Amino acid sequence: MNLDKKQIPKIAPEMFEVVGNQSQETDALAKKQVSFWKEVFYRFSHNKLAIVGSIILIFIALMAAFAPVFSSYNYEESVGLYNSAPSATHWFGTDDLARDIFVRAWEGARISLFIGITAAIIDLIIGVLWGSIAGLAGGRVDNIMMRIADVLTAIPYLLVVIILLVVMEPGLVPMIIALSITGWVNMARIVRSEVLKIKNQEYVLAARTLGANNWHIIKRHLVPNAMGAILVTMTMTIPSAIFTESFLSYLGLGVQAPLASWGTMASEGFKALTSAPWRLLFPAILISVTIFAFNAVGDGLRDALDPKLRK
Amino acid sequence: MANKILEVQGLKQHFGTAKDPIKAIDGISFDVYEGETLGLVGESGCGKSTTGRSIIRLYDITDGQIMFKGRNISELKSRKDLMQFNREMQMIFQDPYASLNPRMTAGELIAESFDIHGLYKNKAERREKVGSLLESVGLTREHAYRYAHEFSGGQRQRIGIARALSLDPSFIIADEPISALDVSIQAQVVNLLKQLQKERGLTYLFIAHDLSMVKYISDRIAVMYRGKILELGSADEIYNNPIHPYTKSLLSAVPQPNPEYERNRVRIPYKHTEHDPAAKVIEARPGHFVFGTEAQAKEWAK
Amino acid sequence: MKKKVLEVKDLRINFKTYAGVVQAVRGVSFELFEGETLAIVGESGSGKSVTSNALMKLIPQPPGIYAGGQINFNGKDIIPLTEKEMMTVRGNDIAMIFQDPMTALNPTMRIGKQITEVLLKHKKVNSRDAAKVRAIELLDQVGIPFPEKRYRAYPHELSGGMRQRIVIAIALAADPKLLIADEPTTALDVTIQAQILELMKEIQKKSNTSIIFITHDLGVVANIADRVAVMYAGQIVEYGTVEDIFYNPQHPYTWGLLGSMPDLNNSSDELLRAIPGSPPNLIDPPKGDAFAPRNEQAMKIDFEMEPPMFKISDTHSAKTWLLHPDAPKMPLPDAIARRIKGYELEGKANGK
Repeated sequence: MNLDKKQIPKIAPEMFEVVGNQSQETDALAKKQVSFWKEVFYRFSHNKLAIVGSIILIFIALMAAFAPVFSSYNYEESVGLYNSAPSATHWFGTDDLARDIFVRAWEGARISLFIGITAAIIDLIIGVLWGSIAGLAGGRVDNIMMRIADVLTAIPYLLVVIILLVVMEPGLVPMIIALSITGWVNMARIVRSEVLKIKNQEYVLAARTLGANNWHIIKRHLVPNAMGAILVTMTMTIPSAIFTESFLSYLGLGVQAPLASWGTMASEGFKALTSAPWRLLFPAILISVTIFAFNAVGDGLRDALDPKLRK
Repeated sequence: MANKILEVQGLKQHFGTAKDPIKAIDGISFDVYEGETLGLVGESGCGKSTTGRSIIRLYDITDGQIMFKGRNISELKSRKDLMQFNREMQMIFQDPYASLNPRMTAGELIAESFDIHGLYKNKAERREKVGSLLESVGLTREHAYRYAHEFSGGQRQRIGIARALSLDPSFIIADEPISALDVSIQAQVVNLLKQLQKERGLTYLFIAHDLSMVKYISDRIAVMYRGKILELGSADEIYNNPIHPYTKSLLSAVPQPNPEYERNRVRIPYKHTEHDPAAKVIEARPGHFVFGTEAQAKEWAK
Repeated sequence: MKKKVLEVKDLRINFKTYAGVVQAVRGVSFELFEGETLAIVGESGSGKSVTSNALMKLIPQPPGIYAGGQINFNGKDIIPLTEKEMMTVRGNDIAMIFQDPMTALNPTMRIGKQITEVLLKHKKVNSRDAAKVRAIELLDQVGIPFPEKRYRAYPHELSGGMRQRIVIAIALAADPKLLIADEPTTALDVTIQAQILELMKEIQKKSNTSIIFITHDLGVVANIADRVAVMYAGQIVEYGTVEDIFYNPQHPYTWGLLGSMPDLNNSSDELLRAIPGSPPNLIDPPKGDAFAPRNEQAMKIDFEMEPPMFKISDTHSAKTWLLHPDAPKMPLPDAIARRIKGYELEGKANGK
């Protein structure tokens, strides 16, 4: 590792001129500017499963939006062919009332997605508020708020639906109420634990010493930093809501005919399992694929947001 | 003598239950004079950071009183008084990573206080203020648009300092501002703190465990141990003529960048003894205080 | 002549990240003799911890890549060894102490068991009873009071300093020839740090172990090291005995490091000699001398060509163009020259 006299390179004398450090602070400015969300997007876009999931979701959303509009059939009108197998004119076949299953399936997608997203948004609003207030207040307030949440989770949603059906017509509204009554608790728990973690971070203390009030701290520090966990929980809530909707509709507690939802379609299809299996097959595939896609996206988001992978 | 900017009297801070309290701070008193740097040293868990946080009202104190500019800070109740207090006293935090919100740009971090206190009329004024603060801590105006994680540890700490300066305070609590930084960067930050003190006439409470840096930056030093201040005096006095055995032990443990010296260094061990109930603060030499009984003080001074 | 325990030749380690390939270690060479302590000093990101992990082959692959060089331990290159072969080297021949003792200890296992496990695994003892006797001996050796009682304690029942002693006891259990300590005292208070340093020196004297000590604290280096390697941007920029480095530093970065520490005997009115800027990004290391962008006295050549390691004496070499025979004589910065003079005087006074 040491040089002999002979090995010392010849250097032109002018090269030894002292020029000083020419480039101050080059290090920071030379680096590319990457915001947190750009980095998350980068990691997400390199997760094959998550990308497949996103493509499926985009496809399903587009189909739900446009397929019923551009189709020549209507989801509640007969086309004259009873229980016909899939064919070039009726891609998914028809049912026992001679309705086109393809159109009905995408009509059902609208309802399933609507329920899933509405439930997720209601969870989000109640859960974030409840969780951040409980976490930030701490002590007795926290204790009481979380015990209320515990009591709510102890009530089975099936019971809630049945009770609601006593006073209401079965349909979308009681189902969304039933899903939301207990659904937000999970979100509240997650937000609370994030808040507990974040609220003692030095940057929150710093904000306090600057004179920030609780609202400012929730808005500027807690929510942006808990956003990752909130997003992941949301993407995981949607499929479970869709699944619950299908399940309730299958039991006949969900949306009523002639409205189509994947659950009601599967329920009716099940009755004709041997004679017309496509009637069960297509809604069942759609339910599974959608739930898989949401879960894949949720997992991908969680991995992309995981701070342990951050450099 | 300069005015007292801060007077701490019999400060106690207990955590846990009333039956079995953890006495993080167990009755300490000291003053900080305008324009000086008071170093507060001690080992981990001695209560030095808790002291800083109690003074800036992050914790409600258990007992004692803290007078800042002649007003008892526990009695500040109105929003206006509290806001005024926040403008006068600021803090620099230890961890340059945890003390900056990762979702905010440097500009947003520094301007946060302006937003809270409504200190600007329009966007241009806000930008101008952020820019000049960035420059005063040795960064450039372009840095305002970058996120915290794009900066090195030293640069992050500069942003933390700029944030503390944003309300133009007169008193700054620096809670181990350099202990998470690399050696060469520590010097940059310490130099910056000294320069800002000179330019703006700041008063510092400098909390640290690194005795050599504290000796360098402080005018006076308070040595803290298990919730008590054991010794307080001018930096040179504490360093050259320590009285309390704990201070002596602490000083003897600090390694020096001098191999010859290190080879012959003799560490003075300190055996923990419970504080004598008769112990009190004794002025052993002019301006040099030690916590102990009269008999101990005589014994130690030998 | 002392026996050479370890020889590292031109070690290169890269990490693949999404932003590009980080050249964390860029051609590091050093030797270590029996019973000696080599301190590797550097700042975060200088590659000192990567180097020490590489010696244990603890670099995760991927993303890490051994991009070149040799690590000869007792005359045998360990880089080609398989994971299984490394298992017998780790703990047995080379042991490691980390900065945070809690990560090295199993929180759910009694301390005694953690030590006896190592003893039995590396066949240092024949029976469980013998292992227990030896474990208590080890606890006693690292200065744990009441070793018989502590034998049954869990890690969380002990203080930070005590935990680090346990980690050292575990590291010593297999009688390693080489002990790698990666910032073992950084998380500890100064008084505890002083005790741990004393303990390590004492153990070394007794068992003639070689130690590699990774740290950023020059005070600790002066205390424990025989030889010092100063690392910057993945390279060793100065290498020598502890006297060479502290009393006759040659590299501008070493000057900078010494100048950054407050000198307790000089007046505090003077500003510290801070090194401007921050270390370079090793994804795209600067051309020429990596320190040039932070060196206020950099020469033209520093931006053009990487300097070789120039030999100053048999023990001392440095990687700077200032040592080229045609280079201008750059005197030691005043403040540092004064300080070294002070150190020499103080050292002598203390020696009496």
